[in-house]
Amino acid sequence: MRITRITPDKIVPNGETPDLGLLDPIIARHKGKKGNLIPLLQGAQELYGYIPKAAFEKLSRETGIPLSSMFGVATFYAQFRLSPVGKNIIKVCHGTACHVQNAVEISESLEEMLKVKDGETTEDRFFTLESVACLGCCSLAPVMMIGDQTYGKLTGNEAVKIVKNIRLAAEN
Amino acid sequence: MSTTVTVGLGSCGIAAGANKTYEKIKALKESDKLDFVLRKTSCVGMCYREPLVEITDETGTYLYGEVDADRAIEVIEKHINQQDPIRDYIVYTDLFDAPENDFIGAQVKIVLRNCGYMDPESIEEYESREGYQAIKKIATERSGREAIIDTILRSGLRGRGGGGFPTGLKWKFAHANKSSDKYVICNADEGDPGAFMDRSVLEGDPHSVLEGMIIAAYAIEATGGVIYCRAEYPLAIKRLNIAIKQAHDKGYLGKNIFGLEGFNFDIYIKEGAGAFVCGEETALIASIEGERGMPRKRPPFPAVSGLWKKPTNINNVETFANIPWIIIYGAEAYARFGTEKSKGTKVFALAGKVRHSGLVEVPMGMTIRDVIFKLGGGIKNDKKFKAVQMGGPSGGCIPEFLSDTIVDYDSVNATGAIMGSGGMVVMDETTCMVDVAKFFLDFTCKESCGKCTFCRMGTKRMLEILHRITNGHGREGDLEKLEELAYQIKDNSLCGLGQTAPNPVLTTIRYFRDEYEAHINHKKCPAKVCRPLLTYKVDEEKCTGCMVCLKNCPVKAITGERKQVHHIDQDICTKCGVCFSKCKFESILLS
Repeated sequence: MRITRITPDKIVPNGETPDLGLLDPIIARHKGKKGNLIPLLQGAQELYGYIPKAAFEKLSRETGIPLSSMFGVATFYAQFRLSPVGKNIIKVCHGTACHVQNAVEISESLEEMLKVKDGETTEDRFFTLESVACLGCCSLAPVMMIGDQTYGKLTGNEAVKIVKNIRLAAEN
Repeated sequence: MSTTVTVGLGSCGIAAGANKTYEKIKALKESDKLDFVLRKTSCVGMCYREPLVEITDETGTYLYGEVDADRAIEVIEKHINQQDPIRDYIVYTDLFDAPENDFIGAQVKIVLRNCGYMDPESIEEYESREGYQAIKKIATERSGREAIIDTILRSGLRGRGGGGFPTGLKWKFAHANKSSDKYVICNADEGDPGAFMDRSVLEGDPHSVLEGMIIAAYAIEATGGVIYCRAEYPLAIKRLNIAIKQAHDKGYLGKNIFGLEGFNFDIYIKEGAGAFVCGEETALIASIEGERGMPRKRPPFPAVSGLWKKPTNINNVETFANIPWIIIYGAEAYARFGTEKSKGTKVFALAGKVRHSGLVEVPMGMTIRDVIFKLGGGIKNDKKFKAVQMGGPSGGCIPEFLSDTIVDYDSVNATGAIMGSGGMVVMDETTCMVDVAKFFLDFTCKESCGKCTFCRMGTKRMLEILHRITNGHGREGDLEKLEELAYQIKDNSLCGLGQTAPNPVLTTIRYFRDEYEAHINHKKCPAKVCRPLLTYKVDEEKCTGCMVCLKNCPVKAITGERKQVHHIDQDICTKCGVCFSKCKFESILLS
């Protein structure tokens, strides 16, 4: 939630050709069932980290769901991404508890350090920075989540240090 | 009796490092061949003391707080090996005065009766705590459907998701509509920022929700069940999946369950895809059907035409968790708690500038002041209590002078806020109320589905005015314009999101008008939050001349030499706040 909604102009043209064969088991599982559109899209996103244009086309071709319906649903929900993301997604919580405890500072410090804006990915595709609504760890506010790990009671400087360490650990 | 060591592994505990604590204790147990049973449980609500480890031996029960991996070694060594409990680390026990005894003692746990007391991944532990006894009671007594619905009606239980509609009445309507297919939906799309009780119940006691749904299904003759859960709650989804499988294996879900001839019921989980509006009944149904989650016009209500156009009953997680308790102990036992029109207990998620952030369950009728000061331990850093925000983006801010308001649906509504799902975000003197209103409106504006013009455009216009005010460009007449827009949006929106979106603005104007006026007329932010209204100055006494602010200033507004007091040029300063956050000596002053 509260992820910057992806607008069509951000769609990345097919740079890499995704392996569309991976979609077959998902299509087989959901084809013909009512209410299957969201699970289909969720399945595709789980495979590629985002939903590539070619995947939309294949899903539409094989399930008979019009592209327009797919696109309508994919752009409505915050979960779906239409462009590739970085290896590590940094989710900075902007729930109420985090907001009143200066979550803005965390986002700004990370934006400055990574030289990206909210919702964008670094050039080396190592980090994607996102604001999200409540992560449900209000007692640790302000928090951010990277992968499965949650970091709490942060300041801007601490957040920057954590992100730097992740990059360092990957380089070594 | 053997000694047990239990580690709290809810989301909050895991975030605080409880997995490492658990692994450490497990390693110690194996390497030293220690004689105790190691168990997992979920959140007991004391999030501010996580990670929590409970040790039960023949002398009693001891709850240790803030047990990281290092402290775990110490606790195991002293308590288990030397039988010498470490008093300083114990936060709760029934044996002597511990710091958090009041926190647990002042609560009445019905919804949270099992959270933090059992392993949520074990159906046997749930059954040993009266689990599935309610539905078995119904089956053995051959209770009639009308009798069950009547019990829920008499208990006075009202929808805990926020609406406060009598649950029994909802069931009655759904039961009255005859159809070959009917559905029970559990709304677990907990979207309010600052509320996390549903997550905690799903993670800590998933079977109680399943049992509540099974009872509802029997009462209204439903054939299918869906739990619509936020995808942001992976642990809750994992534990629900485990619980559903266990219930299946025991024959508690499936065909002719509990020996009730012809009672076939199954539950599956639908993961939400991130849209706040899907907390609204009809939008939630649209989302399950695989469409954009946009609300539909009511009537027809879901009880008549809901999921796949069949009669559908939707209740919230907390509502369902109440059901088995009410069936076992009776409507009168439940109605003993609470006020005339709001019966039972309510779970609140305390967060913000409060000392004890976590989950508390209290009888309806307690004052807001007692919840915040007795259970919440008062305000962090001894600051002054200013207001509490209740009901999330649909709610409002209740000021300090109204904090003797009791928590029940009608009293909270009278303040202009709503009970909502039970989030209580506490604010102190350093919180700017205009900024808070802007925060919530920014949220609802982004989450508006776009169907109704007033919600889609109106919230945007209100947000623009609030941006202007907090940027120092407020004009005379802005408050009147905000109020006019607010009432138009409330009157002309189809669903709860739009009808309540202006509440945070309306309540803050009502109770904190002086703050708005300070922003508009004097271009000042009394709480020192809105940056464009602040002036940054160097404290000449404290400045060490370290040059950190000077190097970091993006517009080169700071001048000075090493080891000499720096100076900020107000004409160049863009009030970005970098110097304030970078200074290690607190020598940047805000005014």
